[in-house]
Amino acid sequence: MIDFKLPSLGADMDEAMLVGWLVSPGDQVSRGDIVAEVETDKGVMEVECWDDGIIDELLVEPSSTKLPVGTPLARIRATDESPVAEPAPHREVTAAPEPAPSREPVAVGAVAGPQAPAPPPPHVTRHVSPPVRHLAHQLGVDVDTVTASGPEGTVTREDVRRAAGRRRVSPRARRLAMEEGIDLSLLSPTGPDGMIVVADLTGLESKAVDGAVEVADREEEPAVPPEVPARTVESELPADDPALAMRRAIARSMARSNREIPQYSLVTQIDMKRALEWLDDANAERPVTARILPAALVAKATALALREVPELNGHFVEDRFEQSADIHLGMAISLRTGGLVAPAIRNADTLTLDELMAALDDLVRRARSWKLRTSEMASATATLTNLGERGVGTAFPIVIPPQVAIIGLGRVMERPVAIDGMLAVRPTVDATLVADHRVSDGHRGGLFLAALEQRLQEPEKL
Amino acid sequence: MTTKTLTTDDAVKVIYDVLAEIAPEVDASEIDMSVDLTEQLDLDSMDYLHWLVGINARTGIEIPDRDASHFMTIDGAARYLVDASVAR
Repeated sequence: MIDFKLPSLGADMDEAMLVGWLVSPGDQVSRGDIVAEVETDKGVMEVECWDDGIIDELLVEPSSTKLPVGTPLARIRATDESPVAEPAPHREVTAAPEPAPSREPVAVGAVAGPQAPAPPPPHVTRHVSPPVRHLAHQLGVDVDTVTASGPEGTVTREDVRRAAGRRRVSPRARRLAMEEGIDLSLLSPTGPDGMIVVADLTGLESKAVDGAVEVADREEEPAVPPEVPARTVESELPADDPALAMRRAIARSMARSNREIPQYSLVTQIDMKRALEWLDDANAERPVTARILPAALVAKATALALREVPELNGHFVEDRFEQSADIHLGMAISLRTGGLVAPAIRNADTLTLDELMAALDDLVRRARSWKLRTSEMASATATLTNLGERGVGTAFPIVIPPQVAIIGLGRVMERPVAIDGMLAVRPTVDATLVADHRVSDGHRGGLFLAALEQRLQEPEKL
Repeated sequence: MTTKTLTTDDAVKVIYDVLAEIAPEVDASEIDMSVDLTEQLDLDSMDYLHWLVGINARTGIEIPDRDASHFMTIDGAARYLVDASVAR
């Protein structure tokens, strides 16, 4: 029997709330399957399981209690074990504190067991695309029994989620629902892509809902006035609650960095003419869906350059540097609603340029819809931050602990350069390395920047 | 995927719908249709690419890299889409 524990969530995030389970006892799981959702100061993330087996028991119910990293969340039976009840050691109660008697906190997500599937619609051909089929598998839904609501019998992602009893919910709506004891499965989502937003909850207060969990009367005005159209989700993540929590998380990490890490900075100017011309030629042939951004090119070059100076790639933990054999490149992504995340593209140096671009695209989309995974949030071995797009000339970023290096890029600018004794104008970019002086020195840092520059002169090899 | 000719209104609707997915916090009525979009909405290169991919997915109209300059404003983008839908 294996304990499935709350994994590391990223630097300086030691605790999280369990907000929902995507599996039930008896479900088969494989390594890499997403089994739960947790919420930290940095937002909601998906948690993957690391073992193959069958869920034996869910140890913790979703609630607003903050659980420390390492808390056992579930037990998984390896597939060759027999399901004999073991004498369980006494476990600490980790459920939510008892709420007021008139409210029943209802878990988001199917915990009690699989919902009865809707009977398949008669006489209609069904279309299930591979991504929808994958989602169904992830959520433990038999896709052949899901009612299709899309055109021409197409099963949509929303159909699958409805069948799994799980809805996509904005972090603020989720918190509000938990506090107010509102059953999210009763709501019709009106947010983008079928997301439940706060406006959906505030509408519920003025209705009598038969047989539903009783919603206690609110004494104060709802934060979002009911007449605000749900599409205007600007109030979803304002400067209170989730965004403030994120700000606090960033503050902790950056303050720690300043306190603990003696950081040195090196800048070099890189000629980008070859790289950008090569990229233009490559993109001219490609449809818009396969286009490669300069950020992906730079990421690949950075990952390869890190191979050459491995003392920039790893974690400094308890007075010791742990060099990483793998290169998981953290990509700084700023969130439109404020705040910053830097999830990792795992094994970035082993990906082709196309694969890296696809991984970056996927990461950005999921960062912006709160669907990052704990493995991505906790595993970056070095980080790249591209600040040129908003006009920054030279970046001076801060190392994100427990990493030991961060690479920043400014704006690509036409600059006068001397080439073979003559004046030329070239598109150039300032590349900055900021690194932990306990682990590397300027000479080695300089070698990294030289390697990065060299890689960007041979873009066809990236 | 549609093969009919787009009117300007159709084109503008698609453009706004995709923008709403990318920048849901923006109030559509505050967007100036003739001003550079990336400046107005603080779109980065990935947002911008997602916008083009979204428009392509909904209209079936391919947007080659060399034509990207048409997509700096909403007016420019709408004109391009209408012309492209007539041409095909």
